[in-house]
Amino acid sequence: MSDVTQGAEAETDQDMSIYDELHDAPPKKRLKLSWTGKIGVVIVVFWIVIAVIGPWIAPYDQAAILDMDSYLPPGAEIDGGGTHWLGSDKNERDILSRVLWGARMTVGISVIATLLAYLMGVTAGIAAAVKRGWTDMILSRINDAILSLPTIMLGLLIVVALGSSIPILIGTAAIIYASSVYRIARAYGQEIMVMDYVESAQARGETIWWIIFREVLPNAAMPLATDFGLRLVFVVLFISSLSFLGLGIQPPNADWGSMVRGNLEAMQFAEGWGILAPIWPALAIASFTIAINLIVDDVSAESGGDLAKKMIS
Amino acid sequence: MQRMVIQRILIGFVTLWVVSVLVFLMTNALPGDVAQIVLGQSATPESLAAYRAERGLDQPLIFQYFGWLGNMLTGDLGTSKAGGATISSLIGERLYNTMVMAGIVALISVPLSVGLGLMAAMYPGTWIDKSLTFGTLALISVPEFFIATFMVLIFAVQLGWLPSIARVSAEQSYYDWWRSMAMPLLVLVIVVAAQMIRMTRAGILNVMNSPYIEMAILKGVRRKRIILRHAFFNTIGPIVNVIALNLAYLVSGVVIVETIFAYPGLAKLMIDGVQTRDLPLVQACAMIFCATYVVLIILADVAAILANPRLRNPK
Repeated sequence: MSDVTQGAEAETDQDMSIYDELHDAPPKKRLKLSWTGKIGVVIVVFWIVIAVIGPWIAPYDQAAILDMDSYLPPGAEIDGGGTHWLGSDKNERDILSRVLWGARMTVGISVIATLLAYLMGVTAGIAAAVKRGWTDMILSRINDAILSLPTIMLGLLIVVALGSSIPILIGTAAIIYASSVYRIARAYGQEIMVMDYVESAQARGETIWWIIFREVLPNAAMPLATDFGLRLVFVVLFISSLSFLGLGIQPPNADWGSMVRGNLEAMQFAEGWGILAPIWPALAIASFTIAINLIVDDVSAESGGDLAKKMIS
Repeated sequence: MQRMVIQRILIGFVTLWVVSVLVFLMTNALPGDVAQIVLGQSATPESLAAYRAERGLDQPLIFQYFGWLGNMLTGDLGTSKAGGATISSLIGERLYNTMVMAGIVALISVPLSVGLGLMAAMYPGTWIDKSLTFGTLALISVPEFFIATFMVLIFAVQLGWLPSIARVSAEQSYYDWWRSMAMPLLVLVIVVAAQMIRMTRAGILNVMNSPYIEMAILKGVRRKRIILRHAFFNTIGPIVNVIALNLAYLVSGVVIVETIFAYPGLAKLMIDGVQTRDLPLVQACAMIFCATYVVLIILADVAAILANPRLRNPK
């Protein structure tokens, strides 16, 4: 019931009374981030910027061999002048430069793969929710089969069968994670399709496309955006795990997962703080994924526990 | 209810079948001709043809598939390309090692995480809850190999307490065996428990929002009693579901952990097979892993059905 109607225009009360049943639109909620969420945003933005400009600000090329000694400790001088701020790796390359270059691979590939997974998952999910019947049935069964395989195992099989290249990695991750996106998009789609506002749109004679783009997608956008963050974390972990197993991004391209693997033996052979060689890229992965999770936590707390529950499984 | 459970199990069989088709097709898409690889470059066309005929490789893919499936079902996993040993003999001991590891991890992590999850749910908002929530969030956001690397750095390199490679054999003394197992076990327990604690906590807090709990609160029942008498029994279903899901999750954790610690388990065998392109070996291992995973997921779903009174007693 609106206060304005009651106060200022009291004499037209009779005419306005039919509007009394209508609620005012709820005020637009602005997302308020806690301090942990803000830190998350800062870190995520930092890595995305690095993914774009990394190769230009890196002191050396990712494949440049600079010294005669491997696993130099952080801060070591390079023979030809300059400093290894984070030390050098097994093949005498600068770790700082490789972490900066690696952001493009790890963050870039993961973001593209997640976007692709969303494109496929949301399209199929909404299609299943809107069309129902056979479309839903077939899509859901295919989806169940993909979901019922351990992701890393499926990834291994695909990559082994087709060979490892960047497009194949992106495609593999996208297909595997599209199946979970499909499930969520379909669930929200079904929920929205039975809402009053969709029914009234149908009664008005709006086309199915109008309903999808003006009613279904905007209402599913917020929960899907939150889920996007979570899915991105899984994709980062998936791609770096594959790289760690030596089946992901291939050398000489630097990426954080294979850098951890490549420098693992530093723990046995390196002297002094050179043993930190595998820790730097691992920290890069951890900071990125934890930061995303911090943001997701804030957003899902804002939109109620409902969302968090859906995403846990 | 029985119908739902049976239905779920049937769907599980269908999934397993789809999985077998996927595994077969993918490993068959591997580049290279098996006969050529096995017999080498110097093989004559006749010997290649003879080899293909002997192995049935000259037949259409669909016959090969059913032959393979039939052998698989009767327990004949075929022979490895490397060395020519039968795959069952290769897998036997490895499978045992992996099962032992997964079993111990489950025995430790299940009570641990249900207990901690309960504790966090019992005192929400306190420092116990907050530190558990943040700690587990941090742990689930990092890859398993990060935790493993960190552990090696601390316990093997800095402190020198534990070996960084998990060599286990039958000749080892009891003490040595536990020492070499300690690190992989620790990593897996941490990874799995972190997930489980979060899900247990979420499950109980979810029940805490229901009307009958509100009723109990209004009656003046103490919080501890509400959780242990009212909420806990109603979350057993979801928790069993969580446990099964996480044991399924162990399947992928095992792949990474066995690789890092060079533990002689099934996953290590499979990764080695991948690297040497040992097709039958990879097929067999992948099928074992996927089948375990599917069975655990079915268990999780059946547990969820059994735990839901509305599904248990249909009107």
